[in-house]
Amino acid sequence: MLGRTLREVSAALKQGQITPIELCQKCFSLIKKTKFLNAYITVTEEVALKQAEESEKRYKNGQSLGDLDGIPIAVKDNFSTSGIETTCASNMLKGYVPPYNATVVQKLLDQGALLMGKTNLDEFAMGALGSDTGGSTRNPAAHCGLVGVKPSYGLVSRHGLIPLVNSMDVPGILTRYVDDAAIVLGILAGHDPKDSTTVQDPVKPFMLPSLTDVSKLCIGIPKEYLVPELSSEVRSLWSKAADLFESEGAKVIDVSLPHTSYSIVCYHVLCTSEVASNMARFDGLEYGHRCDIDVSTEAMYAATRREGFNDVVRGRILSGNFFLLKENYENYFIKAQKVRRLIANDFVNVFNSGVDVLLTPTTLSEAVPYLEFIKEDNRTRSAQDDIFTQAVNMAGLPAVSIPVALSDQGLPIGLQFIGRAFCDQQLLTIAKWFEKQVQFPVTQLQEFVDDCSSILENEKLASFSLKQ
Amino acid sequence: MWARAVWLGLRAPLGGRRGFTSKADPQGSGRVTAEVIEHLERLALVDFGSREAVARLEKAIAFADRLHAVHTDGVEPMESVLEDRCLYLRSDNVVEGNCAEELLQNSHRVVEEYFVAPPGMCCPEWFNR
Repeated sequence: MLGRTLREVSAALKQGQITPIELCQKCFSLIKKTKFLNAYITVTEEVALKQAEESEKRYKNGQSLGDLDGIPIAVKDNFSTSGIETTCASNMLKGYVPPYNATVVQKLLDQGALLMGKTNLDEFAMGALGSDTGGSTRNPAAHCGLVGVKPSYGLVSRHGLIPLVNSMDVPGILTRYVDDAAIVLGILAGHDPKDSTTVQDPVKPFMLPSLTDVSKLCIGIPKEYLVPELSSEVRSLWSKAADLFESEGAKVIDVSLPHTSYSIVCYHVLCTSEVASNMARFDGLEYGHRCDIDVSTEAMYAATRREGFNDVVRGRILSGNFFLLKENYENYFIKAQKVRRLIANDFVNVFNSGVDVLLTPTTLSEAVPYLEFIKEDNRTRSAQDDIFTQAVNMAGLPAVSIPVALSDQGLPIGLQFIGRAFCDQQLLTIAKWFEKQVQFPVTQLQEFVDDCSSILENEKLASFSLKQ
Repeated sequence: MWARAVWLGLRAPLGGRRGFTSKADPQGSGRVTAEVIEHLERLALVDFGSREAVARLEKAIAFADRLHAVHTDGVEPMESVLEDRCLYLRSDNVVEGNCAEELLQNSHRVVEEYFVAPPGMCCPEWFNR
């Protein structure tokens, strides 16, 4: 049951093959067994079971709320959840309990979803796996063999999402199947009066058609994305994917995004600048961590922030403030905003030339082992790993990572599709067709958990924490 | 001037560590002088904390300098990808609020309905006590 599609589980719930409480308990059992992964910061067992009881009542009365009723979901810990600790994985917000739900959380709860817990992240989503605004839905999806969707900027409300970069942040969706992501996107999309950056175009839940004919499609392959650092395995899969579309009659052409090589630098300046501004709110007065020093406001702020933020966060705040200094503002911040326009225009030009979607790698390679990963500092890692994903955030376009195959090491590799602004449905339709062709192997959850349990019995494992 | 001296004096107990100016750092830009460090720490209310942090900033600046190779004459800065749309403004009516109690609960130091902050820098009487 835990490996099925959303619709299958929903149907099973409707038919009474399984109850929301049973489903909930199965999930929690798996969460307990995989606790060493440290995937959850907060597990909300009581909350979820209560929600499951209510869902069960609704199903008994034939009044289910929809496809998501009774479905377990997890929410990244930078989304505000009413009455439930929300920390952004930072000391700064340890113990912070928001008095409200983020709009996207509220929408999911209104549909009867069960909140399993708040998941882990790099502090304030500034991880080198892509910050929250540079690919951190698509990169993990690619590394873990999942579907990761980044909707168009302005389609989904950011109200309640603790902001990193206001002009690029977008709530992302992680699921096993494209159809599931489409269901969730249909629920989350739409104007929110509490987020004035959401567009007012009417949106309704959409069903993805099952494409059978791709001959009318034009797929663009950006040549600047063929970088030397790209692993041969990913390169080969990318090439095979392009061939697949061509063999099915689609037009596949090389396109150019000339400013690609500047997108990481541009992102670096804009991101640190917006972060410097957004992190200014954490001063210990109204919420969050507060130090013991009481001598003066400045001393209190400084100590609070030193205790509350890790090196990465502080480094970005300092960089951002540097770029925003009067003497630097024009040469760095404004300059980066100009380059951002050039990057966004590159995409516009390509889509105006008749291309429907772009096909690119999501990551340079399969997931790198932890010990190797930590050899480089965060900025270098970001610079390397976000290369395919973050230009999309700067242009505000929709993109999705689809799992394609396992590497020689048995680790997942994904490929990315990038669509036109607000053409999320078309993007997912094409992705769904591709997913069907690729037939990525479904994770055998029970085997995996059993393997892990036996490893744990045989070896004393040191801390698996990826964050301190 | 006395205010500045007091400021520096107050900062010392916070584990003052001085002398982080970057010397000729091959990967750096030599831009992070002592003045810049002090200025940034004051503005950001975040301290560098170590020589490595200064070196990291140097590298970040050197990295950002690559932007200058791009020709941007006549290009307007882009603030938002939704710049062609009208920003939504809701009508100016109160529709929610009255949650002072909930909000005050999140603070560590509260007196009645006030958030309590330590004194700012503009109280000479306090320093002369």
